[in-house]
Amino acid sequence: MDKVLEMRGITKQFPRVLANDQVDFDLNHGEIHALVGENGSGKSTLMNILYGLYQSDSGEIFVRGKKVNINEPRVAIDLRIGMVFQHFMLVEPLTVAENIVLGSELRKGPFLDTRRAIQEVEELSNRYGLKIDPRAKIADLSVGLQQRVEILKALYRGAEILILDEPTAVLTPQEVEDLFKVLLALKEQGTSIVFITHKIKEVLAVSDRVSVLRRGRKVGTKATSDTNEQDLAEMMVGRVVLLNVEKEPAQPGAEVLRIEKLSVKDQFGQEKVRSLDLNVRSGEVLGIAGVEGNGQSELVEAIAGLQKTAGGRIFLGEQEITNWSPLKIKEAGFGLVPEDRHRRGLVLDYSVADNLILGLHGKQPFVRRSMWRDDKAVYANAEHVIEAYDIRPPVANQPARSLSGGNQQKIVVGREFTQNPRLLICAQPTRGVDVGAIEFIHQQVIAQRDQGAAVLLVSAELDEILSLSDRIAVMYNGQIVSVMSADEVTEHKLGFLMLGGRLEDYEAHEVSGNAKQD
Amino acid sequence: MQNRTRAIRWQEMVTPLVAVILALAIGAGFILFVGENPLAAYKILFVESFGSLRNLATTLQRATPLMFTGMAVAFGYRAGLFNIGAEGQLYIGAFAAAWVGFTFTGLPRLIHLPLAIVGGMLGGALWGSIPGYLKAKLGVHEVINTIMLNFVALYLTDWLATGPFHGGSWVPETARIKATAALTRLYPPTRLSTGLFLALLAALAVYLVLWKTKQGYELRAVGLNPHAAEYGGINVAKNTILAMAISGALAGLAGTEQILGLHNRFIVRFSADLGFMGIAVALLGKNHPFGVILAAILFGALQTGSAAMDRLTAVPRELITIIQALIIFFVAAEYLIRRILRMKEGA
Repeated sequence: MDKVLEMRGITKQFPRVLANDQVDFDLNHGEIHALVGENGSGKSTLMNILYGLYQSDSGEIFVRGKKVNINEPRVAIDLRIGMVFQHFMLVEPLTVAENIVLGSELRKGPFLDTRRAIQEVEELSNRYGLKIDPRAKIADLSVGLQQRVEILKALYRGAEILILDEPTAVLTPQEVEDLFKVLLALKEQGTSIVFITHKIKEVLAVSDRVSVLRRGRKVGTKATSDTNEQDLAEMMVGRVVLLNVEKEPAQPGAEVLRIEKLSVKDQFGQEKVRSLDLNVRSGEVLGIAGVEGNGQSELVEAIAGLQKTAGGRIFLGEQEITNWSPLKIKEAGFGLVPEDRHRRGLVLDYSVADNLILGLHGKQPFVRRSMWRDDKAVYANAEHVIEAYDIRPPVANQPARSLSGGNQQKIVVGREFTQNPRLLICAQPTRGVDVGAIEFIHQQVIAQRDQGAAVLLVSAELDEILSLSDRIAVMYNGQIVSVMSADEVTEHKLGFLMLGGRLEDYEAHEVSGNAKQD
Repeated sequence: MQNRTRAIRWQEMVTPLVAVILALAIGAGFILFVGENPLAAYKILFVESFGSLRNLATTLQRATPLMFTGMAVAFGYRAGLFNIGAEGQLYIGAFAAAWVGFTFTGLPRLIHLPLAIVGGMLGGALWGSIPGYLKAKLGVHEVINTIMLNFVALYLTDWLATGPFHGGSWVPETARIKATAALTRLYPPTRLSTGLFLALLAALAVYLVLWKTKQGYELRAVGLNPHAAEYGGINVAKNTILAMAISGALAGLAGTEQILGLHNRFIVRFSADLGFMGIAVALLGKNHPFGVILAAILFGALQTGSAAMDRLTAVPRELITIIQALIIFFVAAEYLIRRILRMKEGA
């Protein structure tokens, strides 16, 4: 097989970390090569060097056998290398066609030749089987389709080597499946693809080979068929990882959270939660699955007292807590791991110790004579939680900002979990968190459940919902459309419901589908 | 672990120091330009501001109101508020202190003086809490309101001191305060008063409140991340109003010190931008009360020394204004300084 790309001995030193340390990487013609590793392992740095956004300190790059010096993206583009970033670089008010030709516009005199642009985009989209309406405005497209526009943009510029940086992070399960179909089709047509991810299942689903990075070094490259989930996880983390959460069957007790006909409006007066009913019992994990933006955030904020309700009632145990202050709700036995730890969960410029008392800062033993801070107690608490939750580095007076995402999340989780709340809400508890930390956080969630907490889990990760929940509720358009026991659910079924399908339709469809197969 | 903390503190000091050095270096260019020897001129500047006990006392006397206004701005900043209204809060506080000073008679000093000080604090606190309230309840940005209230305070005290409370002389000022309300002069004939101790005490109090109390934890959390503060059960509105009130009280104390320690009466427009200088002092002092004290002393020294430099050399006293402006410029351009330092490290 011919190598279209070879990187040799790439080293990149950032002020505080060695991001790439003598990394070798190569890409064959027409293959999908997955590049995996935990956050901060240097995957994106390596590809940014290839795309000319960073310069390596040492190392060589060969494209189609020729040594090249890529010092800016323009050079990469000329070498037919394209990159699709996690955060799209699209102009929202412009159309698909306008975005795709942006930078290499076809002109008719001083004007943009819109008709030809549309025509060319149509041809391109037909050639690669990437269906899209060239006249649609970007702002009106789903995230999955916007990503498709980014891919088309790269192809329009002649990309034969396509780099995708964590492309699935923003997609729904169905969109991920569509993306994989697209990638396989591109591969058939001879495009060589580098696929950056930290999700092992995706590697196994779509790649031909896989390279693993850990702390800036390459751990190894394997043919995907020669490896498995457990093997890859261990290569990424550097130790044995338990991928499946081990848990006993739930033993649900009394009802802890009851929500009756709850309505919540956002700041623009749009009703985001619409007359929603829900209940969670002690000793169970209720997972809420749903595409983001279907009212999950507003639901959580309303329960926590961070957003006013527009109607309905919320009960914690026997007490009605509707529109109580956040402090009063917390003191009634409530803990929250918020979906956005940087916005809600942490004061990033506070030390780890100070963050570990956020919300407890007015309580014993952290305050003496109702006014003075007890530094000794604050640090004793920090030492305790840092050890129990394995927060690294174990330095209590370091600003939270300087920790990795996973360790920041452990601060939040440690703080909330050590209070042993009656009701615990975990919103996207493992977002942007490494495999090792995910394992740990999942175990802690189950431990809370086993101690009798009622756990409400909101997650966009279906794997997470499926492996932790005892019951699963699907949220769509501000309502709970279905609540099922975890063992009667499949990923496919959840995906169907999350996109607004009705359970009856799904069952009818499944039955007919199965009948056809028979 | 300990090293880390110290390293951060040390870094905090670097930018202000480098800024002062760079400003003096550029100032030296101006001195050369008017045909004088920079070293000689700077020597005069230094000797005149620190060279004798008497000069030192004058420097401290000039620094005292800046300590208060600098702390006022710094306190607001720590709670995420940009208080441009120290000038107005200073006038209201000054007038309140003067009013207590000349209205009550026959009180023992032990009661009259503290009463006048508290009066000045309350005046400033009231004036500061207005924009605090408007921000907390209606979301109106404090910068707009504090600026506008500066004018209101200025014209209000103009009227009070020339109208209902005019002292009867031909100058626009109120009657003298009673001797029982005056601060004690420490080192006559300089005009340094016990107001200095008040400022040092206030710095200590600000430090303790911000870093050693529950309230301070809440105030700083609101300043750094109001969303997380709210999530942590902290009442953001309450803390916003409180921060502006305390900030105003500190500015009010600046005015109080000027009236009770220096002028002994309220003089129309006596301040000459002490409140606005507070912004510069807070910036240079990195919004830390102890840093503010040092920055205020530096500014006080520059003002004290500039008169002599003007007198004894061909260097005009306006040079000091240039140097002050350059200091602020370089502190604000922290990023630039860090880059210069890093380049040196690299070389």
